Amino acid sequence: MTPGRTFGIVLRHFYLVSGSPARVLPLFAWVAIDMVLWGFITRYLNTVSRAGFDFVPIFLGAVLLWDFFTRVMHGVTMAFMEDVWSRNFLNIFATPLSISEYVSGLVLSSIATSSVGLLVMLLLASTIFGLSFFAYGLALVPFLLVLFLFGIALGVLGAAIVLRFGPASEWFIWPIPALVSPFAGVFYPLSTLPSWMQHICRALPPSYIFENVRAIVAGRTASTYDLGVGIALAILDVALACWVFARVYRHSVRTGLIARYSAETVT
Amino acid sequence: MDNLHKRYGSTIAVDGISFQLARNEIVGLLGPNGAGKTTTINMILGVLEPTSGAIRIEGLDISKQRSRALDCTNFAAVYAPLPGNLTVYQNLRVFGLIYGVKDLPKRIEALLREFELERFRDMKSGVLSSGEQTRLCLAKAMLNQPHLLLLDEPTASLDPATAQEIRAKIRHFADHRRCGVLWTSHNMYEVEDVCDRVLLLARGKILLEGDPKTLPHQHGKQTLEELFIAVARE
Repeated sequence: MTPGRTFGIVLRHFYLVSGSPARVLPLFAWVAIDMVLWGFITRYLNTVSRAGFDFVPIFLGAVLLWDFFTRVMHGVTMAFMEDVWSRNFLNIFATPLSISEYVSGLVLSSIATSSVGLLVMLLLASTIFGLSFFAYGLALVPFLLVLFLFGIALGVLGAAIVLRFGPASEWFIWPIPALVSPFAGVFYPLSTLPSWMQHICRALPPSYIFENVRAIVAGRTASTYDLGVGIALAILDVALACWVFARVYRHSVRTGLIARYSAETVT
Repeated sequence: MDNLHKRYGSTIAVDGISFQLARNEIVGLLGPNGAGKTTTINMILGVLEPTSGAIRIEGLDISKQRSRALDCTNFAAVYAPLPGNLTVYQNLRVFGLIYGVKDLPKRIEALLREFELERFRDMKSGVLSSGEQTRLCLAKAMLNQPHLLLLDEPTASLDPATAQEIRAKIRHFADHRRCGVLWTSHNMYEVEDVCDRVLLLARGKILLEGDPKTLPHQHGKQTLEELFIAVARE
C-alpha cells in the first residue's frame, strides 16, 4: 500500500466536495431534518404517553445512530459514484493504484464526510432536544464502531454492484439502508418481529446495537457478548464486501467491462 | 508483448500479436476500425486481461506486478478525458499523487508551461475546448515521465498547427526521456512524420511491419495511406 495514492483518491473527493455546494449541503441537511423531525415526535410522545420512560434516547438516539450508518454507507458509494458519473474508470484503473488503495481512499473519504453529519446531529440532538450520549456510557464506542464498519461493508458492496451491473444500477444502492432497517430493529425490539425475520436480524450487526441501546435506556447494562458478536459480524461483513469488490473488479478486467463501462454489458 | 490473444466468446479481438518497443522509439499501431488497436492498448494498461500471452514492461509482467509495471507507464486517449468537474491543476495534482510523482508542484508547473495550460490552471477541465482537453490529457500522460507512453489518437481533436506542435513535443519527450511510445492514428501523414516504425493490424493480427517511409514502396504502393486502404480491404 502506498499512502500517497490513497491520499490522491481522498484529495479528489475533497476537491469535489469543497468546490460544490450541491455536495456540501447533503452532508448535513437531511440528517439535520431527521433530527428536528424525530426530536419533536419524541417530545410529543413524551407528553402523551404513559410508558414511563424517556422517548428521546430511544427514538432520537436510534435515528441518530441509524443516520450515522446511512451517511457512512452513502459516503463510500458517493465517492465511488463520482468516478462513474465523470466516466473516470479508465483513467483511474490504468494507474498503479491497487484495489486496496482505491477502496481505502473511498473509506477515508466516507469517514470525513460522515463525521460532518455526525457532528451536526450530535449538536442538534443535544442542544435542542437534550439528548445526552453520556447516557449510553462507554457502550457508545462499540455502537458507533459496529455501525461504521457495517456502513463501510454495505458501501463497498454497493460499489461492487454498480461496477458489475453498470451506472443505471445505482438506484439499487441508495435505498439499501431503508431495506435493512426493518431487520435492524431500529425502533422496536426484535421480539416484535415474526421468527423468520428474527433469523435475518441475527445476521445483521446493527440489530445487536439497537437491542442494547434499548437495554441501556431501560436501566440495564449492555451485553458484552452481544457487542462482541456485533463487532465480529461487522468485521466479517467488511471482509466479505472487500472480497466481493475484488472479485467483481477481476471479472470486469477479464471481460473488458472497465474499458467499456458505459456500455452496461451484463455478461 | 508476447503472443497476445483476446477472445470475447467466439469473437477474436486480438489474435497472437507479438512486438517489442525500444526506448526512444515511436511505433505507430495502425489498422481499420475494429482491428484490435484499442484492445491491445487496454491490455497493456492492465484494464483488460488477455485470454493468453504475456505483457512485460521494463521486464515486469503486468499480470503479476501490475502496480510496478504501471508506475512507469501512462496514456492519453481521445475517449478518456480527465474528470470535467476538477480544475486543470486539481486533475494534475490528483493523478500526480496516484502516480507517485516526486516534486509534484514543480512538475505540474513545468507541464502547465509546456502544454500552454497556465491560463486554464484554475478552470474546470469540462469547460475547456476539446483541443485544450487533449493537451491536458497529454500533460497528465507525461506527469510521471513514463518509459512507456500509450497514445490512442492523441491529435484527433487538434487543429493542424497544434497537432504539429504536439507531435514535436512527443518526439522530443521520447528522445530526451528515453521513452517508448505506442501511437495509434488514422492520420497517415502524421504517422509518417513521427513514427520510427509502424505495425499494420487487421482482424487482430499484425499483417505488416516496418519503416513508414519505405514500407509503402516495398509493397508496391505510393503512400502509407494507399497501403493502409489496401490492407483494410483485404
